Amino acid sequence: MSNSRPEFRNINAFTDLTTYRMTAGAWVSILHRASGAIMFLLLPFIIWMFDKSISSEFSYATFTALFNIGAGFVPGWFFKLVALALIWSYLHHLTAGLRHLWMDVSHKAVTKSFATSSAKATFAISWVLTAALAAKLFGLY
Amino acid sequence: MTTTSKKSNNALKGWLAQRLTAALMAAFTLIVLLQVIFNKGAMGYDKWAGIFSSQWMKALTFVVILGLAYHVWLGMKEIYMDYIKPVSVRLTAQMLTVVWLAGCAGWAIQVLWRV
Repeated sequence: MSNSRPEFRNINAFTDLTTYRMTAGAWVSILHRASGAIMFLLLPFIIWMFDKSISSEFSYATFTALFNIGAGFVPGWFFKLVALALIWSYLHHLTAGLRHLWMDVSHKAVTKSFATSSAKATFAISWVLTAALAAKLFGLY
Repeated sequence: MTTTSKKSNNALKGWLAQRLTAALMAAFTLIVLLQVIFNKGAMGYDKWAGIFSSQWMKALTFVVILGLAYHVWLGMKEIYMDYIKPVSVRLTAQMLTVVWLAGCAGWAIQVLWRV
């Protein structure tokens, strides 16, 4: 047996990890984790939006003003970008999650070729929906 | 039951709970979306708040909030287990997350019953 393959005993995040060529499935996986973490960190903002949007007509106006006018010195478009980050996180997490559930119940879904095609489909679905909602959010239609 | 099988039994329960809560939230998304699309009137306070004003939607949303908190707990625990090696730091992070999620769930449930 040849022993020419590099052996990593102490992986450096900047010099070693960047040389990894990740498959589509690996990207779906790490972004599933990242999108979950983003939603966890923005949980107070999510509940704040639920609170303002639902409590009264007056608070609903506060909710819409955040995105149209902004708050303090922070402009509205910044909050739209935060909302867009949440929209992408949710759509990616949901689509990748449904792919996971599919893999749990079907042996056909865990073949190498299907893992790649379903990972690409996950990106296609989540990005198209994100783009459509981003256009709506920024008033393109 | 040996310690090992108890442990794997807990992990299996967590795995299953993660999937059940995920399916619940996916169904909830669809139910809210259908009401946004098919309920009468333009989107505004009346239509949006109206969706959550019925008793069945309150009950469903209540269960989803609890399910969401549990789902987030399982996911964050997995992240901590992968990236935080010192046990003391990990347990502290886990404890703070439980407190934080319980607080968030309480807040969301309080908001729900304002409608």
